[in-house]
Amino acid sequence: MSQASTHQHEGESHGSFASYIIGFVLAAILTVAAFAIVEMHLLSPGMTFGVISGLAVVQIFVHLIYFLHMNSSSSQSWNNTAFAFAAVCVLIIIGGTIFVIHDVGMNMMSR
Amino acid sequence: MANLSATPHGSAHDDHEHHGTNNVFGFWVYLMTDCILFGTLFATFAVMRTQFAGGPTGKELFELNGVGLETALLLLSSITFGFGMLSAFAQKRGAMLVWLAITFLLGLGFLVLELREFANLIHEGAGPDRSAFLSAFFTLVATHGLHVTCGLVWIAIVMIQSFTPQVFTTRYMDKLQCLSLFWHFLDIVWICVFTFVYLLSVI
Repeated sequence: MSQASTHQHEGESHGSFASYIIGFVLAAILTVAAFAIVEMHLLSPGMTFGVISGLAVVQIFVHLIYFLHMNSSSSQSWNNTAFAFAAVCVLIIIGGTIFVIHDVGMNMMSR
Repeated sequence: MANLSATPHGSAHDDHEHHGTNNVFGFWVYLMTDCILFGTLFATFAVMRTQFAGGPTGKELFELNGVGLETALLLLSSITFGFGMLSAFAQKRGAMLVWLAITFLLGLGFLVLELREFANLIHEGAGPDRSAFLSAFFTLVATHGLHVTCGLVWIAIVMIQSFTPQVFTTRYMDKLQCLSLFWHFLDIVWICVFTFVYLLSVI
């Protein structure tokens, strides 16, 4: 049972040696790039923030695809739905919190 | 229903796709709630990151070399866990145990570095009670560290559980896949930690 299916799906949904290596190399490059940009002061602070945020988002997707094996197949549609909902929640929580506290700072005594 | 769609045509046992069985899907939903937990902690840190209360700033405190080493250990542990999973799917217990043991040691190394960093900060008078910035920092990073600790305990448990004649049952593989998702998820949270906590504070 499990043996047959392991063979059937080998190399796809579980990832393969090659896909793990690809994911690892991409993740390592993105990580080193983020550290290098900050440590070597290559960009202005504002630009640095934008670029390392972008690198982080890209790296998150590299991990999701190569390590957590997310994909767009129909068998994963509920996994992806749950993920999308969680992502929206997190964006509202973080964005909303920053917005509210920023307004507090602007309108109250602290500035 | 969600679980029917996740495993169509009653193939719950045969369908060994990564998120194939209901157990693994259920664990995925747990991870998404964990994601929201971390979201709230990141939100707290985002608004407290400049509230130093006259105390030390992140720029003065954080040593990127140590953070880089922690990042490297966690990233390496992700790929060694992946190789452990491949060994398990190939039903090779010995290879799986070796990879899991390496993963465990890398995770332990990460934890030791993190605890040393915490000890140094507290020793320098930059403990969690010094400022809102440090409270938010310790809460966020220690919560991640606590998850890593749970992951280590779980790795040890699946290693011990593999010592039975019939190892790679559907049940065991489910457990292993959940642990795999958990461990890789922690690495994703760490991406956000090193980017938005450490690197951003040092800019």
